[in-house]
Amino acid sequence: MPHRPSRANVGRRQAANHLFTVLAILSTVLVIAPLFAILVYLLFQGVRSLNVAFFTHLPRPVGEPGGGMANSIVGSGIILSLASLLGIPLGIGAGIYLHEYGGGKTLANAIRFTADVLNGVPSIVMGIAAYSLIVVPQKHFSAFAAGVALAIMMVPTVTRTTEEMLATVPNAVREAALGLGIPKWRTVMTVSLKTASPGIITGCMLAFARVAGETAPLLFTAFGNQFWPTSLNEPIAALPLQIFVYAVSPYDEWHRLAWAGALVLIVLIMVSVTLVRVVTGRGMLNGGH
Amino acid sequence: MTIQHSEMEEARAASEVRRFLMQRGSGGVADRTFAALMLGCALSIFAIVALILGILILRSRLSLHEFGFSFFLRSDWDPVRGSFGAVPFIWGTLASAFLALLIAVPLALGVAVFINEMCPRALRTPISFLTELLAAIPSVVYGLWAIFVLVPIMRSSIGPFLKKFFGWTGLFHGPNFGIGLLTASMILAIMVLPVISSIARDVMKAVPNTQREGVLALGATRWEMVRIGVLRNARIGIVGAVILGLGRALGETMAVTMVIGNHAAIPKSLFAPAYTLASVIANEFTEATGDLYLSALIEIGLALFLVTIVVNAIARLLVFMVTRGNTARAV
Repeated sequence: MPHRPSRANVGRRQAANHLFTVLAILSTVLVIAPLFAILVYLLFQGVRSLNVAFFTHLPRPVGEPGGGMANSIVGSGIILSLASLLGIPLGIGAGIYLHEYGGGKTLANAIRFTADVLNGVPSIVMGIAAYSLIVVPQKHFSAFAAGVALAIMMVPTVTRTTEEMLATVPNAVREAALGLGIPKWRTVMTVSLKTASPGIITGCMLAFARVAGETAPLLFTAFGNQFWPTSLNEPIAALPLQIFVYAVSPYDEWHRLAWAGALVLIVLIMVSVTLVRVVTGRGMLNGGH
Repeated sequence: MTIQHSEMEEARAASEVRRFLMQRGSGGVADRTFAALMLGCALSIFAIVALILGILILRSRLSLHEFGFSFFLRSDWDPVRGSFGAVPFIWGTLASAFLALLIAVPLALGVAVFINEMCPRALRTPISFLTELLAAIPSVVYGLWAIFVLVPIMRSSIGPFLKKFFGWTGLFHGPNFGIGLLTASMILAIMVLPVISSIARDVMKAVPNTQREGVLALGATRWEMVRIGVLRNARIGIVGAVILGLGRALGETMAVTMVIGNHAAIPKSLFAPAYTLASVIANEFTEATGDLYLSALIEIGLALFLVTIVVNAIARLLVFMVTRGNTARAV
């Protein structure tokens, strides 16, 4: 008896096809739904609670209405500047080594792998490490310790993007520079790095956006403060930390401030991520191609 | 005489020019310094990992010495009596991470398949951008949202619904406060989703188109093409993506701390409050009185560090096996 394709089988297969198409679409909707739920609710609560005092005033004690997070915003700015100052040069340097000097060596592969693994270490562990390394010997919490913890978290991202972006620079450009008698270090700095700079800046901003919202490493390094920061060697307020403290408190007034803080934080992060997207979308990343 | 002298002068000048050029070339001091500096930056990544490991071992030696390996077998956490065991936290961490993956993996794979294989070209960029935005929201904001939106929903509708229809499984007994293991797992699922889906997409992208075309040419439907041509070829990398998500879920701190209930006991139900390794550190570290208490908490941090390193290393290797290093970006 000749084997004939059975219609029933085709029907079943088509049904499975439709079923899984629907499931894939459904899961996409289910994934994007919380994003909108969070953003819309945040916008609603945040805009309602945001006012000028939020940006200009210090936090008030419980029971007193008003007050703001001015010192936390400044504190976050200080910690993040410190982290960028420490983490970005280190990351870019490591990225330069990986692409311009490392080549396919075992050492370079090991560093690449370690960077990826370091990227997955929980942020709270960075907090304990910075606490043990800096806070314990100094015997007090400090902005510096917080900056170091966040800097360590920025390094792997910056390293890997720098390496990837340097890989997009055509070798002909390097050879042209070397052929003119320019030493290698100047070739790297003024030719390779400069050509890849839009992409490297993108990577730095991504790393910045990632650590900007980190709270866990700040718990036992920055610790928080009710007043204006005056030095890097004392406990300092930070926006994510203040949001956490206010969110778990039992006071409505503080909850209001937590929402406003969350909105400010997310706008900061979204703006940098979107900026990155716009810059990369224009093809500025193809440096030299 | 004068002619000979000028010839010597010329020869010396030429050699000086050559030396000058050599100095500026690859043998120059500046070049060697620069190369050493860059190597130093790269080696500092090793140094950072070694330093973290070293300092964690150093600061937790009191607890390591006092309890030894039994620290991870004791279920007693009583700071007042100085008795410390990590079992409730290990249990809470594993349970919340496992539940989160149970929710997140099918959704993440669905999204990855949709974006890579089905999505109209015009929608591809916006949808992948939106899923990436999910990764950009800070943990503390997820926690805030969970406290004020997810917890009330859990208490008033999802909880009672599960109790009514799935109460017979025995997983949902006990009072439903809204906070607890299940709520923490749900927020955790939302947070690990973008990690899993973006790596899964990278892995699926690495499958050559000839595989898809070959399966389609045999008369397969689109789902069969995805199942046989894509998922089967990318399965090792997909497992890697899931393990990477597991690594994230194990170490996630703030959002979980805000909704898991923070109770150091092995949860008897999905509604029960629990505690994770990361959240016990976040909650009790600054309040820890006594050296043993502090070093027990640091030992928990050490355990978390080692576990996430192993988990991440395995995941990276699996992903690397499929993509051969062609991932778009380290997430």
